[in-house]
Amino acid sequence: MPRIIVNGTPHDVDAEPDTPLLWVLREQLGLTGTKYGCGIAACGACTVHIGGMATRSCQVQFQDIAPEDEITTIEGLSPDRTHPVQQAWLEIDVPQCGYCQSGQIMAAAALLAANPNPTDEDIAAEMTNLCRCGTYNRIRAGIKRAAELL
Amino acid sequence: MTRHFSLSRRGFLASLAAGGLSLGFRIPTAAAQDAAAVPEINAWVVIRPDDTVVIRVARIEMGQGTLTGLAQLVAEELDADWEKVTWDYPTPGQNVARDRVWGEFGTYGSQGIRASQQYVREGGAAARAMLLQAAANRWGVDPGTLTVSKGVISGPDGQTLRYGELAAEAAQVEVPAQVQLKDPSTWTIAGKPVKRLDTLGKLDGSQVYAIDTRMPEMVNAAIRQAPVLGSKLASFDASAVTGMPGVQKVVQVDDNAVAVVADTWWRAKTALDALPVEWTDSEHANLSMAEIHAMLDEGLRAGQAFVGTQAGDVQAAIQGAAQVVEAEYYFPWQHHATMEPMNATARVTADRCEVWIATQDAEAVLAVVSEASGLPIPQCEVYRAHLGGGFGRRASSHEYARQAVLLAKEMPGTPVKLIWSREEDMIHGTFHPITKARMVGALDADGNLTGLHMRISGQSILATLLPFMLDEGKDPFTFQGLNAEEGEGQFGYTVPNLLIDHAMRNPPVRPGFWRGVNNNQNAFYLESFMDELAHAAGRDPLEFRRAHMANHPRHLAVLEAAAQGIGWDTPPPEGRFRGLSQHMGYGSYVAAAAEVSVDDRGQLTIHRIVAATDPGTVVNPQQIEAQVEGSFAMGLSAALHGEITVEGGRVQQENFDTYPVLTMWEMPAVESLIRPSGGFWGGVGEPTIFVAAPAVLNAVFAATGTRVRQLPLDGTSLRT
Repeated sequence: MPRIIVNGTPHDVDAEPDTPLLWVLREQLGLTGTKYGCGIAACGACTVHIGGMATRSCQVQFQDIAPEDEITTIEGLSPDRTHPVQQAWLEIDVPQCGYCQSGQIMAAAALLAANPNPTDEDIAAEMTNLCRCGTYNRIRAGIKRAAELL
Repeated sequence: MTRHFSLSRRGFLASLAAGGLSLGFRIPTAAAQDAAAVPEINAWVVIRPDDTVVIRVARIEMGQGTLTGLAQLVAEELDADWEKVTWDYPTPGQNVARDRVWGEFGTYGSQGIRASQQYVREGGAAARAMLLQAAANRWGVDPGTLTVSKGVISGPDGQTLRYGELAAEAAQVEVPAQVQLKDPSTWTIAGKPVKRLDTLGKLDGSQVYAIDTRMPEMVNAAIRQAPVLGSKLASFDASAVTGMPGVQKVVQVDDNAVAVVADTWWRAKTALDALPVEWTDSEHANLSMAEIHAMLDEGLRAGQAFVGTQAGDVQAAIQGAAQVVEAEYYFPWQHHATMEPMNATARVTADRCEVWIATQDAEAVLAVVSEASGLPIPQCEVYRAHLGGGFGRRASSHEYARQAVLLAKEMPGTPVKLIWSREEDMIHGTFHPITKARMVGALDADGNLTGLHMRISGQSILATLLPFMLDEGKDPFTFQGLNAEEGEGQFGYTVPNLLIDHAMRNPPVRPGFWRGVNNNQNAFYLESFMDELAHAAGRDPLEFRRAHMANHPRHLAVLEAAAQGIGWDTPPPEGRFRGLSQHMGYGSYVAAAAEVSVDDRGQLTIHRIVAATDPGTVVNPQQIEAQVEGSFAMGLSAALHGEITVEGGRVQQENFDTYPVLTMWEMPAVESLIRPSGGFWGGVGEPTIFVAAPAVLNAVFAATGTRVRQLPLDGTSLRT
């Protein structure tokens, strides 16, 4: 059975080769923090890290994941919600319904890893995840606060 | 709803053990688990021995902050320690069994707080009085000699008792016949910008939404509903997919849908995509936007219309006018596009049906579940999770709950989770109604508005969803924000000759309640046209409005506040232009001032928006700010991009690629001015959405001279 490493833990997975990583995570591994929003990489609710890169997991097929790929989901971002993005999100009360926030947080964490002091323009360019509640301004403020906490 | 049912406690606890707790749903621990250890003080308050205060919340949290606001109100009257407050959702089955002790569960119309504030505060105050009486009984003193702070009661001799020590005794104390509520000016928890109670689980993926439901033996279902309006399921070839991985069953659902049940949802969806399906012809198979536009255009000039608000003689005013201004507007169908698609999980046995769901009205779902399962309400139960977005989509039309139950009936005892794909969710939405308006204004020689005829033509939500609420055929909700009377949504101008009427034209596309509801088009029509009238009269848009608002000081106050906030009396920075709007809805007064620029390629930038809100009473200012910001995101999404269209009887948009929504790079800076005038309770979840489109589009006119009368803006070139 194929094996993938998620949040540092190897898992043997029973899934067809073309199954999107999103559904492997949610249904085979029970990691439901990664959300289904659109299935076409348009919304970003399914964002995870693969090798540190923010990746929309609905478009990554199970067969394309290499054994050495390090996959991190929202559940593995930090052991106790202490990642600077999570701290900043709590401080600023960013989420409303929260459904998109796993993806937003993963996208923000990847952005800050690559660019520890992003400008408003950097944030607008990189943060393309959708939020229907309209938390965008607090997300922007949260990323700037997280940059201070890094 | 039938009353006086007694819920089977044994069955209820068994259901908890079997599935409830493992789901992570905040199902009723207070009423079930705590009942064994800690009796409730009353329906609203349970205090555990460790001083944790569990506040029961009947309305649902969908991002709008109602959960935290209601808990603040109870905790305030209780004099609780806010740091020790948590919450719980009672179930609709319990509510029925207890003679609806928690009142309404329905969470819509921006009423979650304002419609329940009185009785939840009384619940907190009554629990406080009972705790004080329990302490007084212990110490043999008069309760009037006691003081309480943060859940600790102090006696006349300096003795203290914690709420957690007294809760069991307090539960035995006689319920006070009357309680005195605090004056809001003395609040220390309510009215303050406390943090939300529901954030932690939204930071690490541990928040369990309905779509995340998992339980032993659960199977998953993907569904396809007839894509053409009015079409039915003709046939399907299950044999083509029964051998596919994980597939367990292919099931017809009602007369218009087919579902595949598999071990995982992805396998169910994969098989469904491969399933040959035939649909019947439909009388709506040729329905087109051209036909729908013609239908609405006819209504704009039809002789017959339902009269909403009327004063004087508008035709005489138009005939005698120094200048007549006319314009026609269009507000298209909008989709809610909640980030969490519709879904429900059901388990049906011979004598019980349970559903796990995200809904704005769990009691309505309970009725749907009872009907679909064929079991009486006492044998049904609905467990609630926070919503991954509601915006009205989850307030009515709970067919996904019905479908989940019908599927679960096919597999007795097995939990079935039904998820609509994004495509199903979008095609089978309940859309913001489609309307047009014809506006005719009469200006006198001084540029004053002496007459206004506002003819709305188009769809009625009530006529389709709740026809029993029609008033002799008229849909009173159509006139939201345009009413003569005070209270919910008063027209904010004095126009001596006024006629606002509605030619109801109902295309066969299901409408629904969409955040702000009919206020959206009404504010877009009226506030855009007020801007047109001001320009026609050669008057400043603020001054023109002000001249007609002397009798509406609260409307005017928020408008003035927004205008002042944007710096209306000083010129904007080079290349920037401003627009205003105001409106009243859901009991609150709102206004917005926008500052925009449009470059020579026609690209719009919304630099900043200042919004002013008078909700009467403020429960949590930082949550109001969040709702104001969110209202602009959703309102501008509709104004700039949103349009659902129908061709060949079929909704054309299926996902975010064809139904784009506002992105972060388009989101303006928003400054919220909260200006409560006191003495009333207005909503805040929706009102600001009304003023988003007109404020920005009036600024677009100032920038370009182009009057955008057809939404969305994407359809209009701003290139100059």
